[in-house]
Amino acid sequence: MDSAAHYFDWGFIHISYPNLLLIGLMIVLFAVALVAPFPHGTDRDA
Amino acid sequence: MLERRAGIAAPASEPVAAPAAAPPDGDWTFKARRWIERVLPMDHLLPRRQPYYVGSWVYVFGVVTIAALVWVIVSGVVLSFMGPQWWHVSSLGRFINSLHFWSVQLFFVFMVLHLWGQYFMAGWRDGRAATWMIGVVIFATSILTAFTGYLSQQNFDSQFIAISAKDAMNSTGAGAFFDVLNFGQMYGLHVMLLPIGITFLVVVHIVMVRSRGVVKPIGSEGSPVS
Amino acid sequence: MSRLGQRMTQDEYYRGVRMVPYDLLKELTIALVGIAALTLGLAAAFSSPDVAPITIATWAQADPVDFVTTATGELAGTTTSAGYGAPYNSGGGEQSWGPIAPQKWFGQRIPVDSANAFVLQPLAYASVGNADLGKALGVWKAAGADQQTKWLTTYKDALGKATVTDGKVTVATGDYGPLTTMMNGLLGVAQSGGLDGLLLSNGRFYQTDYTQGLLFIGDSGYLAGLATAANLSGSQWGMMNETGQYPGQSWLWLYTMWYQVWPFTSSTGFLGLSAHNADLGVVFLMSVLTVALALVPFIPGLRDIPRWLPIHRMIWRRYYTPTKNAAART
Repeated sequence: MDSAAHYFDWGFIHISYPNLLLIGLMIVLFAVALVAPFPHGTDRDA
Repeated sequence: MLERRAGIAAPASEPVAAPAAAPPDGDWTFKARRWIERVLPMDHLLPRRQPYYVGSWVYVFGVVTIAALVWVIVSGVVLSFMGPQWWHVSSLGRFINSLHFWSVQLFFVFMVLHLWGQYFMAGWRDGRAATWMIGVVIFATSILTAFTGYLSQQNFDSQFIAISAKDAMNSTGAGAFFDVLNFGQMYGLHVMLLPIGITFLVVVHIVMVRSRGVVKPIGSEGSPVS
Repeated sequence: MSRLGQRMTQDEYYRGVRMVPYDLLKELTIALVGIAALTLGLAAAFSSPDVAPITIATWAQADPVDFVTTATGELAGTTTSAGYGAPYNSGGGEQSWGPIAPQKWFGQRIPVDSANAFVLQPLAYASVGNADLGKALGVWKAAGADQQTKWLTTYKDALGKATVTDGKVTVATGDYGPLTTMMNGLLGVAQSGGLDGLLLSNGRFYQTDYTQGLLFIGDSGYLAGLATAANLSGSQWGMMNETGQYPGQSWLWLYTMWYQVWPFTSSTGFLGLSAHNADLGVVFLMSVLTVALALVPFIPGLRDIPRWLPIHRMIWRRYYTPTKNAAART
């Protein structure tokens, strides 16, 4: 893990793959949170 | 009471005290209690119900951020107890440092997801602007806290971060008081002052959320929701 | 009965809203356990980055020519730290944006005299018991400023073609006065670790302030080379990068982005902002943006975007598109 990371370049963007992966995972996680069904077990009135 | 428990009867000659008169309502302690009971009664601090429309995983990002912060602090406490050199010379120390490193990463990941969620929900509506603003302050303070943490690593990364960041600090005049090359100062800020600040702000943020409750869906502000 | 900003209690706010059971502490516990598991897993799988710090000793051993070149620059006042200005010295390199020059406002609160601190004082210590070095220092101090500048300029040029022989930095024959003796003497102190100790302790015993050592190392080409190799430098989005294959401070992406774009990459710039005052300009810009983020609830347009995007409709789908069952219950 201590060897140098590889970088993704696009235009002026220069980002390490670890950072890109992390940000990508965040976007995926947010998208999943939007669509994933939420447990309906609590649908009886409180 | 004590006498009864020990099986000793109270002396018959002792007069029974008259019940104490209630203190006047104007005292500050009473006013403070009434204010707390009004602003954050137990039923809202530790609720057992929530509006039916709270039915999305987006809602868990806030509590998950708090969970990450708890582990940041726990791992940080262990690191500070053993001193700033420990994790460089001990494999257990290195592991605890790894816990601290990854819980910080998770803290920021979920805090930003929470920010995205609150933005798209326009969570500042219906009197919740202050909650939003405190959240942004927490974000900025967290960045500052992480920054002092990176400076406290005592390795190559911290050397270069210090040498580079000093220019930003100095350009604003802040560098005259906040010397990023001064390990002692940065470490003290990181392990004590800033964590106290973040904890205080997070508590205020949570109290504000619990006090006002979850905001209603967009389009139903102020009006009763069916 | 919690009070809201509009003097509405929670009971009033939620009047008519169907409430469902909710276990807050169970949710918190699940979150704590889940994050603990995730953290433990990541730590066990990937550990954390820890590239060893460089010392003046390792620098002087790895690149003696760069060390001597930097030390010569300190004496000549041409290094970054020597010409920095506040808060270290009166070198005059402060950043400003028109009349806005906060770097100058507080004076030299962290005084660092590069030539003395990094070169002359360590040499004075090292010359104890070293007659040749002591003599060279004496010659240097007795010479006038013009003579010193001549020696420094000639030596600096010669260093461009210097070689390392027997651990000493060798240059072509020339009139450098006492500089070759002084600089090789300093090189010896540095390579032995003495300079690391001297610059940290400053005559005291307990110390936690590494300002002098870091400023000196920061002037070197050695550090810059290592940083560039690790993609940490400012023009490489370095602020958000980490050593090795670890994620860095990715939340700093917008802060470091400005250093990659105009006007902060240009020497002419725009409206007085350029590469010359990029630090001041970027801090100002990011401060404005952070305040704007805090004030989103009050900024027309920015606060209305959530209304225009369908994302909230997905989050609150139970409200916007109730199922047949839910509709039957209301």
